[in-house]
Amino acid sequence: MILVPVLAPLFLGIVRKIKAHFQKRKGASIFRPYRDLWKLFHKDEVISEDASWIFRFAPYLIFAVTVIVGASIPLFSTYFANNLLSDFLVIVYLIALSTFFLALSGLDVGSAFGGFGSSREMTLAALTEGGFIFSLLVLSFLAHSTNLFSISASVASLSLLNFTPVILAFVAFVIVMLSETAHFPFDNPATHLELTMVHEAMILEYSGKRLALIEWAAASKFLIFLSLGANLFFPWGLTMQLGLGAIALALGIFLLKVLVLTIFVAVLESNIAKFRFFRLPDLLFIAFILSVMAIGLIL
Amino acid sequence: MDNLISAQFSFFISLLFLVIGAAGSLVFMKNDKLANWWGNGLAIIASVFGLASSLSVLFGSSVFSYQVNSAFSFLSFSFQVDKLSAFFIFLISFIALLASIYALGYVKHFYKKYNLGALGFFYNIFLAGMLLVASAHNAFFFLIVWEKTSLASYFLVIFENKEKENIKAGSLYFVMTHVGTAFIILAFLLLYQATGSFDFGIIKENIGNISLLTKNLIFVCALIGFGTKAGIIPFHIWLPSAHPVAPTHVSALMSGVMIKTGIYMLVRILMDLLPGMELWWGILILVIGMLSSLLGVLYALTEHDIKKLLAYHSIENIGIILLGLGSALVFLALDMKALAVLGLVAALFHTLNHATFKALLFLGAGSVISKTHTRNMEEYGGLIKYMPQTAFFFLIGSMAISALPPFNGFFSEWMTFQALFSGIQTVGHFVGWVFILAAGALAFTGGLAAACFVKAFGVSFLARPRSEEVKHAKESELSLRIGMGVLALATLILGIFSGSVAKILTEVVSDLQNFQSAEKIFSTGASLFKLQNSFAAVSLPMIFAALLVVLVAIYFAVLLLTKNRKVKVGVTWDCGTNLGPRMEITATGFSRSIITIFRGILKPSKQTDVEYRDADMRYFPKDNTIKLEIKDVYGAYFYQPVQNLVAKLSTWVKAIQNGNLNAYVAYIFFTLVILLLILVI
Repeated sequence: MILVPVLAPLFLGIVRKIKAHFQKRKGASIFRPYRDLWKLFHKDEVISEDASWIFRFAPYLIFAVTVIVGASIPLFSTYFANNLLSDFLVIVYLIALSTFFLALSGLDVGSAFGGFGSSREMTLAALTEGGFIFSLLVLSFLAHSTNLFSISASVASLSLLNFTPVILAFVAFVIVMLSETAHFPFDNPATHLELTMVHEAMILEYSGKRLALIEWAAASKFLIFLSLGANLFFPWGLTMQLGLGAIALALGIFLLKVLVLTIFVAVLESNIAKFRFFRLPDLLFIAFILSVMAIGLIL
Repeated sequence: MDNLISAQFSFFISLLFLVIGAAGSLVFMKNDKLANWWGNGLAIIASVFGLASSLSVLFGSSVFSYQVNSAFSFLSFSFQVDKLSAFFIFLISFIALLASIYALGYVKHFYKKYNLGALGFFYNIFLAGMLLVASAHNAFFFLIVWEKTSLASYFLVIFENKEKENIKAGSLYFVMTHVGTAFIILAFLLLYQATGSFDFGIIKENIGNISLLTKNLIFVCALIGFGTKAGIIPFHIWLPSAHPVAPTHVSALMSGVMIKTGIYMLVRILMDLLPGMELWWGILILVIGMLSSLLGVLYALTEHDIKKLLAYHSIENIGIILLGLGSALVFLALDMKALAVLGLVAALFHTLNHATFKALLFLGAGSVISKTHTRNMEEYGGLIKYMPQTAFFFLIGSMAISALPPFNGFFSEWMTFQALFSGIQTVGHFVGWVFILAAGALAFTGGLAAACFVKAFGVSFLARPRSEEVKHAKESELSLRIGMGVLALATLILGIFSGSVAKILTEVVSDLQNFQSAEKIFSTGASLFKLQNSFAAVSLPMIFAALLVVLVAIYFAVLLLTKNRKVKVGVTWDCGTNLGPRMEITATGFSRSIITIFRGILKPSKQTDVEYRDADMRYFPKDNTIKLEIKDVYGAYFYQPVQNLVAKLSTWVKAIQNGNLNAYVAYIFFTLVILLLILVI
């Protein structure tokens, strides 16, 4: 359960380091995000007088959702299969819950940045949901179950011929992942220019421990999507046993897969520009249509 | 036996109380306070009896019926309350109970301005009419009570008759509902022709050899007729006009319950009365459901009148109900009864859920409107500080309608998704694609609805007030808060106990003619709701428990970690300028991105008018007006051509009335000659 929050800042650090190398800089250490979180937890907070209890409550809820979702997805073993929370629609809508409250807290402070950040975020989230549900739906049709653990077990035993829908769904899923985790071409996670902010705009007013929680939750969400991508579409390496050796091996393979995906995201971020906002719906509809095509291939 | 007597007894007691309430309100017309308490108080008592009656039918195994014959051979006042009727009576009574409690406090702002006796009278008649509609067993009797409900609701819509737009909205509603009733009459006449009776029981028995053409015609007429009442696209144009102008507790009842009576009769006719299904019926309803849900939510995003926004969301949710209903019809046509049960249970559960959270939202909106005296969301803001409890209840309603766990909306949308997913997997070639499109529509609708309610809740309640009037708002009175609070609690409880509710609904559905031998499709374990073929399982109590436990754990962990940190209250970052209401985002601005993305469907237009200080020089603007509009597609392309056609036909027929007396005598002569010829031949 604590694996996702613990590992999340590491992968954030890796992305930043790779981007720095592309920009011919040395970049901060990959453990820098941990130190940033430590620093933020030790700072005082300033809360706007216009903010209500929603502003104060939202970071806890957002972080709680990422912890719960992190505990319900297949990470490195199917031993902890969780039948109660691992339905993919539950995952999608829990993430939607956290986005809902994030957008509300952006509106709560009454600043111009928060307002349009929430507007853009909800526009993108509304359009991403279709692609998200459908890319996971492709897999659940292949596996005849919506339980994430069953999906990873089934995809692992799929023959090469049947793999085409999985590849199509994976492309759709990558688009969805970039959108939900606020990376290029949807959003720039390192900017504070009002033309380019989406996620950063909503959290602009946060400080201290609440900002730490939100940043941590964002990093956890990134890791959640990376693990979903790694373990649902390329699920080899998940272990069924509980022995120490088996777990160590599975953990190693999981970290390797997620590392490959992280490098891919970082390279992508360094090579393309952020799209103009009104080109993004086209990209999201492409994700939806790719998934529909994949479903058509299965049927 | 005891059960049976009490169910029937309670039902008639509730009707009796409503009649007394109606009559008494008229009697007490002069005294505002007494009329208020009498009308609403008796409605409350009646609703409690209605609840008792329906619950005893739902949980017991009894069905009750009652018949009184009248002078006409084809009219008999016959009721039958089977489980489906009991479910809808439960719905009506529950929402009526809470709306009436709310009304006790709400109508106080009509004192001295409007006739409260009339309000009480029409309100009680409206409730009685709906109860009778849900239990009528004779087509003729049904039409009488249907008409009674429509009339009562018309008078309720135009209650605040000093505003011109209310009268216009009422007239539109009046015309549309009678167009619908005309089609319903046609459907019942066709049924009479096929089976020789208006009684539902006799129709069920004799329906066997109905011809295909008649069946299809009945379907189309019933769909248009009941669809107009339910508010499907393109017969929805009355909904966004009529629901906002009615008094709030009436809007809640109209949106939450009255449009569901259309769904009730559709289910009754299609699933109970008619014997077999045609495949294209289900596909048509799926398509209509898709269109209604997507277009409903898109038009809701364009609105900044808070009640009109909620009215459009009703259209969207009726679309979602129709998705469940359509999938059930398709499964029945393909003889997959178990999956059809899934679809219909999803549709009925969403009916219940929508009634609950839509009533909650309308009551919340009404509280805000009665304190700020405007329906325009652009003038709200910061109300969470002035009306904290109302804001909290509205937030719960927003979360429920956006299908966020652990509230009830999530479960019914989950179930509708499962019905559609099962359809994609099991149904053949072309129809499977309709299911895929339907599932896509549902996915996008969910997301867009969440976006719309972030806008609605955020702009109304959060940040700073955008107008002076709003700063004088105060918290709602107790009765308003009780009404809203109980509904909010109900959304949570219905969400957590959704497994049990689904089980009850399965019994309701299995009662219907077409489902007589369906196998079990899902099992409800300890806290788990599982589909029988283990395709999917969900556990809402677990989600709720997990959220609660983890939240508390994290809160205390962070508290421990940051014991010595202080929290200072400061000013929002204002970039060095003065903070004012113009810095906050407006409702129009919030949804502008989505409107631009969907401009092909919504057809927005922008008109700029600039007034200059010097008209010749045209350098210094004095006034700049920007008008943003959404094109009324239905008016322009659908209703206007029909209207023009009718007008043209009328003008053409008018030629007969040429004012010439000799011509009229000639008409009589020719008619007589033709009649004599017919008699002879």
